[in-house]
Amino acid sequence: MIYLDNAATSWPKPDCVPEAMLRYLRDVGASPGRSGHRLALAAERIRLDARLALAELFGVSDPLRIVFMHNATTALNVVLHGLLPPGSHVITTGMEHNAVMRPLQALAQRGVTVTVVACHADGTLAPTVLDACIQPATRLIVATHASNVCGTVLPIREMSAIAKQRGIPLLVDAAQTAGGWPIDLRRDGIDLLAFSGHKGLLGPSGTGGLAINDAFDVKCLPPLLQGGTGSRSEHEEHPADLPDRYEPGTPNMPGIAGLAAAARYVLETGVARIRTHERMLTQRLIDGLRGIVGVRVHGTQDAGQQTAVVAFTLVGQSVSDVAQALDERFGVLCRPGLHCAPRAHRTLGTFPHGTLRFAPGLFTTLQEADTALAAVAELAETTSRG
Amino acid sequence: MADYAVILVHTTSHAVFAERVLAQAGLAVKLIPTPRHLSSDCGTAVRILAPDMAVAAEKLAASGVPVDRIESWAT
Repeated sequence: MIYLDNAATSWPKPDCVPEAMLRYLRDVGASPGRSGHRLALAAERIRLDARLALAELFGVSDPLRIVFMHNATTALNVVLHGLLPPGSHVITTGMEHNAVMRPLQALAQRGVTVTVVACHADGTLAPTVLDACIQPATRLIVATHASNVCGTVLPIREMSAIAKQRGIPLLVDAAQTAGGWPIDLRRDGIDLLAFSGHKGLLGPSGTGGLAINDAFDVKCLPPLLQGGTGSRSEHEEHPADLPDRYEPGTPNMPGIAGLAAAARYVLETGVARIRTHERMLTQRLIDGLRGIVGVRVHGTQDAGQQTAVVAFTLVGQSVSDVAQALDERFGVLCRPGLHCAPRAHRTLGTFPHGTLRFAPGLFTTLQEADTALAAVAELAETTSRG
Repeated sequence: MADYAVILVHTTSHAVFAERVLAQAGLAVKLIPTPRHLSSDCGTAVRILAPDMAVAAEKLAASGVPVDRIESWAT
């Protein structure tokens, strides 16, 4: 079996991840923040380990500005609903996932105006177009760091420079980049980063959250949810302290324990090393697919400009049929369709039929990539023979 | 009788953060239930040795650990 669905969730995980989860469940088990006994404190120390590792990965000085949520989608919703009152204006891009587009559609029905900046047919964006879209009511720019459909990376630093000139915060959806692409909130000028814990960060599913730039004033971002935090229990008002401000309710501690181990593994392996491996595999897949008659590759077709995601179609074949054949006949697992990103597919010209997505990961080998390419070649040949 | 100081914080997230910073600075540190006579929002406090109060305050401020206040505490 060859797993090429790492853009949905990475697999396998490093051994330290399930080991840390088992250790937490077997030896700790308690809920952090709720009691002061030794096991509750042990849980809190694990959560601090996770915050420290992620703060180091993302260029955040204060680990309390790493806030855990169910996933990147929750973090995006917190920021979008928190920063965009009726009458405000928001700018986004033509490469967004529904994790951004659906909350924005809901907000549009409540009086928020949304501008979607067009991207080129390979998913790239000329950042200068942002300037003309900014209005007096613009309260936020939200952009994916990299497309989950074709891997194209957006020019976040240039976009941030334009946003900064106009005093507008930048929210980045890093679901596809966290752990596999260098991210530094200070250097890149990112105010708020929604991250997924279970993709490039190699943690368990059900983990993710929000990384907040040290310079961002959280007073302007109210929490979406309120509830018990274990702190300031005498008050019925939700506390303003970080991280409790955005972490009501009992946390997913087995997941956070796994994420702590995963983030430390990524730090020790090195994002640059992970990127080098994934870039090599990505270019191999792009070149291999381009060499097969009847296959069309979408996106930049340059591994230097994209994450480890390769979008392609076989002329005259349904992407679902191809994915099924790859799974059942060749043991190659990938994702066909629209990838929860109809807007990005419209930009690429692949809506409504969609694409196939090969997404290798840190543990994918060159031999596996070549085997997957051979499988596609065989399926393409079947088609061309008619 | 020992002379301690107690660092009062608002959440256990802050308590373990303070513990980590002070332990890395080489100070003797222990998390304890907040003494009842010291008002605090959090049930967990950070106990240090009284002579370490000034250096602890400095280390916590440098690391951005939110602290309610630090109180002398003789047992």
